[in-house]
Amino acid sequence: MTISTNQLIIFDNVSKFYGEILGVNRVNLQIAPGITSLVGPNGAGKSTLMNLMTGLLRPTRGAISLLGVPTDQPERLFRKVGYCTQFDSFPRGVTGREFINSFLLVHGYDGKRANELSQLALERVNLVEAADRKVAGYSKGMRQRIRLAQSIAHQPAVMILDEPLNGLDPMVRAETIALFRKLASEGLHLIISSHILHEVDMMSDRVVLLNNGYIVAEGNIHGVRDEMEEHPMQILIRCDDPAKLAAYVFARDHVVEARLHEDRRGLFVKTRDADRFYLMLNHAVAEGEVSVESIAPVDDDLSAVYQYLIGTSGGSA
Amino acid sequence: MSSAIDAIETKSEKSPLNWSLWARQIGAILRLELEKNFLSRRSLLIYLLAFLPLFPLLLLAFFTPPGKEWRDFNQMGFFYSLIYNGLILRTLVFFGSAWIFMNLFRGEIIDRSLHYYFLSAVRREVLVVGKYLSGLVTSIVLFTATTVVAMLLLYLPHFYSQSVRYFTEGRGLGQLLTYAGITILGCLGYGAFFLVVGLFVRNPIIPAVVLYLWEWLNFLLPPLLKKVSVVHYLNSLVPVPVAEGPFAVVAEPTPAWIAIPSMLLVTILVLILAAYRIRHMEIRYGSD
Repeated sequence: MTISTNQLIIFDNVSKFYGEILGVNRVNLQIAPGITSLVGPNGAGKSTLMNLMTGLLRPTRGAISLLGVPTDQPERLFRKVGYCTQFDSFPRGVTGREFINSFLLVHGYDGKRANELSQLALERVNLVEAADRKVAGYSKGMRQRIRLAQSIAHQPAVMILDEPLNGLDPMVRAETIALFRKLASEGLHLIISSHILHEVDMMSDRVVLLNNGYIVAEGNIHGVRDEMEEHPMQILIRCDDPAKLAAYVFARDHVVEARLHEDRRGLFVKTRDADRFYLMLNHAVAEGEVSVESIAPVDDDLSAVYQYLIGTSGGSA
Repeated sequence: MSSAIDAIETKSEKSPLNWSLWARQIGAILRLELEKNFLSRRSLLIYLLAFLPLFPLLLLAFFTPPGKEWRDFNQMGFFYSLIYNGLILRTLVFFGSAWIFMNLFRGEIIDRSLHYYFLSAVRREVLVVGKYLSGLVTSIVLFTATTVVAMLLLYLPHFYSQSVRYFTEGRGLGQLLTYAGITILGCLGYGAFFLVVGLFVRNPIIPAVVLYLWEWLNFLLPPLLKKVSVVHYLNSLVPVPVAEGPFAVVAEPTPAWIAIPSMLLVTILVLILAAYRIRHMEIRYGSD
């Protein structure tokens, strides 16, 4: 199925410099609906990319459009886009409900509709009970949720969320991820930055890996992993006779390493061609060489990709 | 997507001049900003400033200074003109407008909350108009009230019956309205200037002081340069002119039919500049 440019977020050769300092450089991206996560160490350019997408920053070079709308037209852009920034600040003296409501009025909604949308947004982030308290008295997690509610209150088609899970307790975290998945399944774009890799792994349809202002990799996480030929895939096979299996697989040219697990009930295999390896394993099982209990790729996840491409282990919960 | 959103979107995409939407958005911005201008902690300074010219007049209401000119009703117009020029126009309107209008954007940059406006589906030009109007309403309400109360405080306590006749049957009401009108024009002109200063300059105190000196030294300037100031046009409209001293360079006052439209025109031009600046502005709180 082809997707028209009116359904895509497009970065066309975008660069942003802060004077002499590089923000992001030569970014070319086409982002389809679903959950896309921006991943990278601090200073990689994740927030810069998000601020460029929402017109808070202007590109030094190149052009950006979201669903066909250029980012220098906020009056059109923010009918379709909601952005939950990392700025943990609020207008003075407002309650949670007033905060959401007042900016819906600025959007142009009448009072009645603004009230309805505020209530819906508050329900979505589970903050109805605290809605009429001053934001200044909220905990960090509540402030995060009220900002999320404000960014989704006008029901945008594109949601850009900068570290939206920061400060949330595990229960709310799980609920929020479920909310993101639900919204993505409804055909919305969600662009999420996060440094918690296992959560990104769990919820993302695709990732954009950034480092020092450059895109290092992008796409479906398994697809990205498959393309990393210089890092052979690591697979753990639990079986009845790992030593025998080691001897069997080691003769194959695509297997570069076979190592017994510490408990001697499994075998780690590094292979350059996972598909051929799985085929070979099938033969081994069919020929009665070994009896396999389980097979699991060890480094076919975001953490491994992150470690190989960026060189650190990334963040964790 | 809801039908209400669809309606707004379709309208805003079809018609580039969506006046009813803009009016609603300006109304929403006004409500938000007026609450901040009148009820926030920052507004305490403005209330204090607005009360400042009334303080000496309250003292005068109870204690008449020595000198027979203070017992002469005909001198009151001259005294008020002095008070208006020194305390109200050059102090209250100037510094009050500086505080109110510079904080409209600069204050939110300091509070790191301006991005909420920038992330709303509102034209940035509409945002400038909404914010400017909120500053205007605030300054006009407070400073015009001070202008009126100051005049009544000068006249009524000492010459009550004469003053009542002066304001109801004589030239008093006309003069009162003229002073109030000058205050409003001052808010318009200084307001636009300080709004722009708050957008362009990280530390607006310096340009404010430079303009303050320029306005105070206006009497020394050659006639052509006098016209490059707000106070020159406002002084041209004062009902009772005040002598500017022996060193003043005398210049013809600008007639009202030129002074008022000129002020309005300059205000509009300055607001267009502000709108251009806001349209191209980035949010980078770290560097502000």
